[in-house]
Amino acid sequence: MTTQAQAGPAESPDLALGAPRRSVAARIVARLGSGAAQVLLIVIGLFWLVPTLGLLVASLRSPQDNSASGWWTVLTEPSQITLENYAGLLDNGDFVASFTNTVLITVPATVIIVVVAALAAYAFAWLEFPGRDWLFLGVVGLLVVPLQVALVPISSLYGGTPLYGTIPAVVLFHVGFGLPFAIFLLRNFFAAIPRDLLEAARMDGGKEFTIFRRVILPLGGPAIASLGIFQFLWVWNDLLVALVFAGESSQPMTVALQSEMRQFGANIDVIAAGAFLSMVVPLIVFFAFQRYFVQGVMAGAVK
Amino acid sequence: MTTTDEPSAPGQAGAAGGSGRLGPPPWLALVFLLPALLFLGAYIIYPIVFSVYRSLWDAPGLEFVGLDNYVRMFTRPDTFIALRNNVIWLIVAPALVTVAGLIFAVLTERIRWATAFKIVIFMPMAISFLASGVIFRLVYEQDPESGLANAVITTVHDTFSPSAAYPDARPRPDGPVEPAGDVYVLESWAQPGRSVLVPLVGVSAEEVPAEAEPAAEAETRPGAITGTVWVDFTRGGGGEEGAIDPSESGLPAMEVQAWMDGELYATAMTGPDGTFALTGLEDGDYTVQLAAENFTEPYNGLNWLGPTLITPSIIAAYLWVWAGFAMVLIAAGLAAIPRDALEAARVDGATEWQVFRRVTVPLLSPVLMVVFVTLMIYVLKIFDLVFVIAPGSVRADANVLALEMWQVSFGVNDQGLGSALAVFLLVLVVPAMIFQIRRFRREES
Repeated sequence: MTTQAQAGPAESPDLALGAPRRSVAARIVARLGSGAAQVLLIVIGLFWLVPTLGLLVASLRSPQDNSASGWWTVLTEPSQITLENYAGLLDNGDFVASFTNTVLITVPATVIIVVVAALAAYAFAWLEFPGRDWLFLGVVGLLVVPLQVALVPISSLYGGTPLYGTIPAVVLFHVGFGLPFAIFLLRNFFAAIPRDLLEAARMDGGKEFTIFRRVILPLGGPAIASLGIFQFLWVWNDLLVALVFAGESSQPMTVALQSEMRQFGANIDVIAAGAFLSMVVPLIVFFAFQRYFVQGVMAGAVK
Repeated sequence: MTTTDEPSAPGQAGAAGGSGRLGPPPWLALVFLLPALLFLGAYIIYPIVFSVYRSLWDAPGLEFVGLDNYVRMFTRPDTFIALRNNVIWLIVAPALVTVAGLIFAVLTERIRWATAFKIVIFMPMAISFLASGVIFRLVYEQDPESGLANAVITTVHDTFSPSAAYPDARPRPDGPVEPAGDVYVLESWAQPGRSVLVPLVGVSAEEVPAEAEPAAEAETRPGAITGTVWVDFTRGGGGEEGAIDPSESGLPAMEVQAWMDGELYATAMTGPDGTFALTGLEDGDYTVQLAAENFTEPYNGLNWLGPTLITPSIIAAYLWVWAGFAMVLIAAGLAAIPRDALEAARVDGATEWQVFRRVTVPLLSPVLMVVFVTLMIYVLKIFDLVFVIAPGSVRADANVLALEMWQVSFGVNDQGLGSALAVFLLVLVVPAMIFQIRRFRREES
């Protein structure tokens, strides 16, 4: 700090404009600090990347190699890499069926949630009716209800019907528990649409459904995208709901893989390759629509 | 969150809704709301009511038992472990993740490649808990040959304290060496100026280090006990027991000690040919001993998936999944802090730590609170990670409420107790529900 006095006058005036003057020593400390921060962040980043890399590499090695040595030995013996596990998985009818089931559960669940929630959110944001605000507060309250509460009641409700163990059984449950968050997110976004736009549309004699379709849906695009992506990943990744409500023939990938976990070592070929395959779609969605997904997750804070 | 002047706080709607003159009739709202209300009614409201009711009945639902299920919940050993673990989770996990998120958010603030870092940290949020669980099962494998965590730990451990080279070495039953506890001792006394032979067997060819040379007889030296430790075994037969034969190998890096009257007088390490010299000894009768460190089992790392460490291990995996969530929310909060406030503090001579502690954190506290409460709600309901990472044998030790609820309801079919557990979970989130509603009303007004 003793260099402060000399450093002051020597500095060019334009440098001093932005930031307050800092001594040479302070700048060196700052530079070193930032260097240390960078090293630290690289180490942390590796902690986050390496486990996933481990799964990928393990999925590309034979079960024999996996039980004999660690996945990192591919660095010295790259010849271990094989696609056999994946080939085996694609030949495995049950696994392919579970992949199809995941798609058949996720896509309808996402679409229904978005449609039902958008309708309700529009009513909460732009239609007048008695008790509207109390009703919406109720929805906000439902955001945090744990889905465990519904497992026993809904399974006994399904019990007497042919619904139990089918894909619609799982889809409908996801819709029910996805709705509070979906309505909450969309309503807040819809409510932020300028009032003038709606008034003008109404003045022109537009019917409410027309306004909903022509004005609200296009303007609400980003929020609907966030919601859709969030719900898609949520349902795709679900294990518990499917564990309870899906049957043998309707089980998604998560349940199929989970049942292999009982013999982790022996089934490592199916588990590693299957787990990685189950990650591929979420990762593509994540990288392609990162911004929307992050927004969706942030809106989900305190769910 | 909203920027319109639209009235939302309860009680205001009727008075301020003057612009409703063009608005549609109230019944139309019902048309828009109906599908959502049906779903919410059938899948959330009805189940809450039914769960409360069902929790007052016995396992098959035939007999009314009052609050028995709630009493069992706190007295049944399995459920109690789940309860205890949930408390550990609640105390540790949300705080840990929030702090990690805060640190990451602050560290990335002035880094050029912050976006890349954030994507890497946030990525686990996109994949399933099942996949994350599989990832960490691989990391936590016990065998250091296949589990990454133990591979790293044993490497570090062996760097600082090399592990035993000869876990299987042992003396011949009728030879001159005999076991004494963890160590092996020479049966007869040894005196300085003499040379001794210490034959061992049970060392396989792979266990003999590469630097080992054929065993040699040690030269005698005044004031020192010298000797040879070697594998007294000639492959393919032949060779004389207790004597050094040409094809027999010395055992290098073996720790040899000289003791007298329970006191250690000298220590030496064997060379490549198995010879050692215990020097600086006065005359007397010494016991020659091979230290326990030569023979103890090699260090195998921690038992991550064992009963003791299982919950901390799963919490670490949870941190891996959720840190990105905390980081992104907190980073958004950081970006919203007015630069002036920070600069003013710096101009006033505050150190970076003081700025962080006195300005940044207080300004961030609403965001930190939201992150913390959100994490608490999710931690309360933690299921998948525990289910996937804990092997069947330690699942009881890793148990948590949501997992216990599932097991009780669908494993042993006690839906009375299962419903009681579900209701208990619901009661636990009520404070969060109130927090959420309050925050919402504050934001709206």
